[in-house]
Amino acid sequence: MTAAASDTKRSVTDMLTARRGGTSWHWTDIFTYVYLAFGVCLMFGPVIWLALSSFKTPAGLLEFPPTLLPLGQIEVAVEGYDDPLPLYKVTMEDGTVRELAQIRRVGIIAQMVDPAAPEERLKVPIANREPIREFRMAWENYTKPLERFNFLQYLNNSVIVTVVATAITLLINSMAAFGLSIYEFRGRNAVMLFVIGTLMIPITIILVPAYLVVTQLNMVNTLWAVILPGAATPTGVFLLRQYMLTLPRDLIEAARMDKASEWAIYWRIVLPLSLPAIAVLAIFSVMWRWNDFLWPLVVLNRNEVYTLQIGLNAFQGELDVQWHYVLAMTVVTLIPVALVFAFLQRFITTGIASTGMK
Amino acid sequence: MAHNSTAQSDEMSLGDRFNAVAAWPMRILFGLLDRPFRAIQRLFGIERMPYIFLLPNLAFFGLFVVVPLFINFAFSATGGTNLFLADRPFVGTEQYRYLADCGSYLDPSTCREDRFWRGIYNTITFVVFQVAFMVLFSLVTALILNRKIRGRGFFRAAFFFPVLLSPVVVALIWKWILLRDGVLNAGLTSIGLDRILFFVDPTWSMFWAIFVSIWAHMGFYTLILLAGLQAIPPDLYEAAEMDGTKRERIFWRITLPLLWPNLLVVIVLALIKAVQIFDEVFVLTGGGPGTATQFIVQYIYTTGFSNQVQNFGLAAAASVVLGVVLFALTLMQLAASRRREDN
Repeated sequence: MTAAASDTKRSVTDMLTARRGGTSWHWTDIFTYVYLAFGVCLMFGPVIWLALSSFKTPAGLLEFPPTLLPLGQIEVAVEGYDDPLPLYKVTMEDGTVRELAQIRRVGIIAQMVDPAAPEERLKVPIANREPIREFRMAWENYTKPLERFNFLQYLNNSVIVTVVATAITLLINSMAAFGLSIYEFRGRNAVMLFVIGTLMIPITIILVPAYLVVTQLNMVNTLWAVILPGAATPTGVFLLRQYMLTLPRDLIEAARMDKASEWAIYWRIVLPLSLPAIAVLAIFSVMWRWNDFLWPLVVLNRNEVYTLQIGLNAFQGELDVQWHYVLAMTVVTLIPVALVFAFLQRFITTGIASTGMK
Repeated sequence: MAHNSTAQSDEMSLGDRFNAVAAWPMRILFGLLDRPFRAIQRLFGIERMPYIFLLPNLAFFGLFVVVPLFINFAFSATGGTNLFLADRPFVGTEQYRYLADCGSYLDPSTCREDRFWRGIYNTITFVVFQVAFMVLFSLVTALILNRKIRGRGFFRAAFFFPVLLSPVVVALIWKWILLRDGVLNAGLTSIGLDRILFFVDPTWSMFWAIFVSIWAHMGFYTLILLAGLQAIPPDLYEAAEMDGTKRERIFWRITLPLLWPNLLVVIVLALIKAVQIFDEVFVLTGGGPGTATQFIVQYIYTTGFSNQVQNFGLAAAASVVLGVVLFALTLMQLAASRRREDN
């Protein structure tokens, strides 16, 4: 009964909205594309706005309402003046509009000169002039922090932490996974349970005692304090073990027959075969380390050991925020992640979808 | 089957690429360890080798996770400002009693440690709204991405990429938009509205804290739900369509029940993450204005590390409280994922 009623209703709407090919429009079709268009703007828009803003001069950043593109005032070399002079569009008293270069400004009067006729000086009220601008990228936002601040040091620290920590993580996690997947031994299930258990202990609930351990080991304000505590990731052991369990056992048995040592079996046979899983863990580890925040914030208190994230946070927390530098440094911090994403997106998404972890 | 084989070849090519750049230094390093490990094997015998392979990883776990977990209780039972346990006087449950000392639990200003309670109430507000809207938007996005649309890979990437951004970068991107002279206020004034000082108004600050964290993490949950949707057998839909079932009915009767185990996992994972919210909001609002967006993890951090007087005992007690909450949530997660595997 109800099915028949809905059928007739369907046929009426089908007739009104019929398309070639026989399928009919549904409100969800329109909703889909509106949602996707809006979603793409909301996701990419803020990042594009950051990138555009990072090329603006400090004066450009202060403008309200802001311009879309980074603009810079055109400067011209004028005969008889050492430095290039900024160019303005000036409305003269008789109503004509001329392009003049400004020599200096005294109060509300600007002294100006026509670049074509540099001998004659003109006095113009500043209300009558308007800067002539062109699209110009303020690369100095990127180059200056490199010279002036510890930015290069932060970058360096972040790279060291990421590379060393990832190397240690790959080594000890793959060793543990090897032990847990290739051998049958007493206590294997207990160790596995232990690994899964530690998966559930986030750093947020052991902040104070972990700090004590790091202090006892004399590692506060060294990069080791950031590198070591997170090196044994339960996620990594779990991921690698699941992969190693699928490897053929005959290969290992054959190697043992040939008197290969256990270490040789590990690094000559199992490790090369597990490279796909190890690569996934490497990507994850790089992302974790590069983006790490709370723990470095606790153990790094001296400027020279700051990582990029901590340095950036310190910069944006200053009383007088130098946004032109902060924005440029944010872009630099974002670039490695953008590269990883551009080239390895597929693997990250399949990795997350299959393990449910990030 | 076909899908499986492409995934396999993807993985292989990633392995190859990894091999080209990183595998050889790794293998040199591991080669250097060859000799010492041969000696160890001769010393302990082959049957003890699994323990040797496990040792470094377990040592790190023990030193930096398990031992701290137990010391945490010791910290919460001692007082004073000394970091080293031996110099801290035993105070029993005093830290917990101090945290719980309230005139009325519904009104944080009557509590001795009002910042703790404000942190708890802020966290509850945040968790309720953030998880609800996060799950809602991830579900809608996953449903849309699961349709036959052109450029699906691009759209999926668009919703996913903020997951990889660092919390500091996420916060700075949005802070720049929301400032007094930011582009959002420029938009508001251009349509004739007044500027809003988002970070001066407590309600707006909480709104943006929730919004920004959803923006940053939505893609992760969308991905899990999308995988769940794609695992629903297509013949169910075909059968329903042949019967002329309405789309709404298909959604409520087929999609939602079959997605439910995944949805449950997503809800619990989102809860676990939301309870621990700190990074993005700390950089975005600094917990302000006042304590309007100060959450429980920030309370632990400021109490233990950034205040003039570092009160480790109180911070440890607060993190034990947080740990209990997370433990309960984790049990829920285990139950949820067991249900997912059963189905």
